[in-house]
Amino acid sequence: MNKLIATASPHFHRPRTTRSIMLDVIIALIPAVIASVIFFGLRSLLVLVDCVAVCVFSEWGFEKICKKENTIGDLSAVVTGVILALNLPVDVPLWQATLGAVIAIVVIKQLFGGIGQNFANPAATARIVLMTAFSGTMTSWAVPQAFNFLPDATTGATPLALMTKGDLTHLPSYLDMFLGNTGGCLGETSVLALVLGGLYLLFRGVITWHIPVSFIGTVALMSLVCGQDVLAQVLSGGLMIGAFFMATDYSSSPATKWGKIIYGVGCGLITILIRFWGNFPEGVSFALLIMSILTPYIEKLTRSKPLVGEVDES
Amino acid sequence: MKLKGIRVPHKKHTAASAPQRIPVPKLVTIPMSMHIGRPAKPIVKRGDLVKVGQLIAEADGYISAPVHASVSGKVQKIDEMVTAMGAKVQVVVIESDGMQEISEEVKPPEVSDLTSFVEAVKSSGSVGLGGAGFPTFVKFSFNNDLSVVDAVVINAAECEPYITSDTRTLLDRADDVFAGIELLKKYLHVPRYVIGIEDNKPDAIAKARALAAKTEGVEVQVLPAMYPQGGEKVLVYNTLGRLIPQGGLPLDVGVVVINVTTLAFIAKYIETGMPLVEKCLTVDGSAVKEPKNVIAPIGTPIADVLESAGGCKSEPAKVLYGGPMMGIAVPDLSAPVLKNTNAIVVMDEAEARPPKTTPCINCGACLTNCPLRLDPRAIAKAYKKNEPEELKALCVDLCMECGCCSYVCPAKRHLVQTNKLAKAVVRSYDAAQKAKKEGTK
Repeated sequence: MNKLIATASPHFHRPRTTRSIMLDVIIALIPAVIASVIFFGLRSLLVLVDCVAVCVFSEWGFEKICKKENTIGDLSAVVTGVILALNLPVDVPLWQATLGAVIAIVVIKQLFGGIGQNFANPAATARIVLMTAFSGTMTSWAVPQAFNFLPDATTGATPLALMTKGDLTHLPSYLDMFLGNTGGCLGETSVLALVLGGLYLLFRGVITWHIPVSFIGTVALMSLVCGQDVLAQVLSGGLMIGAFFMATDYSSSPATKWGKIIYGVGCGLITILIRFWGNFPEGVSFALLIMSILTPYIEKLTRSKPLVGEVDES
Repeated sequence: MKLKGIRVPHKKHTAASAPQRIPVPKLVTIPMSMHIGRPAKPIVKRGDLVKVGQLIAEADGYISAPVHASVSGKVQKIDEMVTAMGAKVQVVVIESDGMQEISEEVKPPEVSDLTSFVEAVKSSGSVGLGGAGFPTFVKFSFNNDLSVVDAVVINAAECEPYITSDTRTLLDRADDVFAGIELLKKYLHVPRYVIGIEDNKPDAIAKARALAAKTEGVEVQVLPAMYPQGGEKVLVYNTLGRLIPQGGLPLDVGVVVINVTTLAFIAKYIETGMPLVEKCLTVDGSAVKEPKNVIAPIGTPIADVLESAGGCKSEPAKVLYGGPMMGIAVPDLSAPVLKNTNAIVVMDEAEARPPKTTPCINCGACLTNCPLRLDPRAIAKAYKKNEPEELKALCVDLCMECGCCSYVCPAKRHLVQTNKLAKAVVRSYDAAQKAKKEGTK
């Protein structure tokens, strides 16, 4: 008689795995990748391939050196690579993109224990490092040339930079901002593409509405309170990619419902503070980093009370 | 508000299969412990001739249950075996003569008041047939203070995948169920009866509703088919809005919960005096050729049940007592049918293969899907760090081990198993604290 398998219950499991979640995120990012090629040309694919390849290779290499189990199969390194690429300007030197990818995977993810253990979002933090280290190339924004796949190198300002300078006459139309036909990082300009991807993640249950709604809602409300152009603030910068794809990173954001709302509101407030009063035109990455430091405390505060009922203490 | 649950595949393939009695097995192995509490003490010895329904082991102590012969024949030996739970237990092995002669001991009990009713339930050998195996009579023993109970919840939720034996009870033996309700009315004087049933059993609901319309004080509550709807705590909350407190019993909120098949059995026992010697069970799973419901004598080896149910279409890789969410994997096919076995699920290699565990990604699915709002992720951390105080603060002893957390976990972490281990840590910590306190006194 064959030996029977005797494991503890449950003997059924939901089909969803870490890998399938990451695959869903990759699928959700495809519209933004397509938009980046449409507006910034084929070089955006080069940046993307570079970031993904380096992220996957660094993860594999680090785990090899540390004799840890190889986890590239869970596709999380691919997700980090795609999100990092979408957070870079199209003309970024490849060695800088490569450095960013190594920082994201090795320093921010693996040194803290690998998937699920990183306290901060790898892509957002790598972007901050690159921005502070290479502020020249990291803020040189190509002018989008829709459907010109080999565009000439002309640079311009992002809508947020224009608004920070008070130059509203050159501000692109709302429609251009919605479609993504503005200066900015590869994957952050097209609100349409990002919202499509975000809705897919919501539909698949990979993320919940709490963080995107509270994050974007706070930015909109605070723009209104501060007398700014609400629509332009919401449609520009890294808000959409941040709210749907980076703030929802499981390991650096709270898992509780109210925790997510506090986290989203906090991200929105910090974004607004930096946008309106800070030195940088954009503050989404900083907001994410600061709020992820607070995540363990937010979680502790918002942990749901177990259903103990009326316990008779006597 | 209702307590949450999760959607699991229903797989109720056998709902339309009326149970058939299987041929009498050649040999039955009857464990002395098929219930929660002290094992029963055998009163027969090797070579004794026994008949169906004859008492072969007495209840030992208060929380215990007697055991009866399920076949007629000769006691081959009194032996020991290791159960699927890993415990050693005494067994009475009976060689059947195939006659199924009924014992002279079997006669309707004389019942005139609560005390004699409870006594009758006790001697019937009845235990919670939904799977828990708690001796039934204990539920009715509240020191004759009938005012503490104002509702009986009849559990027909049957939220586990595959299992349809409770559904069949309502379809085939609804009269017994309602006779049981009349008995409880007569002796317990409880005014309100709620039949809780999931909405994926339309035929059983129709049957119960038709009879409930003719019976005073009975209501049928149709609940969404969300696992673990049939968990005692979940069911009482979702039908009556009452929350059984931590460490408490349904009695603490004035409720008696009884499984629908247990209730039908009690009614039949009071009518005929035939104790608990056979069980209706669902035989299903990916390896089963013809999923169906069968009635098997208690102690029948699973191999015999499978064979008489049409056999397997592929090599069994995992065999469960009960359903896939809370069922217990048996070590081999010689394991016997127990009093509280309501299904035998046989999985093929593909269905049985345990998924690979990967690191926690902090998605929070476990805590958002816990019906009792526990945080299995935090419990796992505190368990790893061996922090009993933290485990107590996280209320781990509240866990009913339904397995929702493990089911939804994308990293396939063994969350409910860790909860069980953490509960043991808290228990031994509490015991040590208590001993320390008493020592200093």
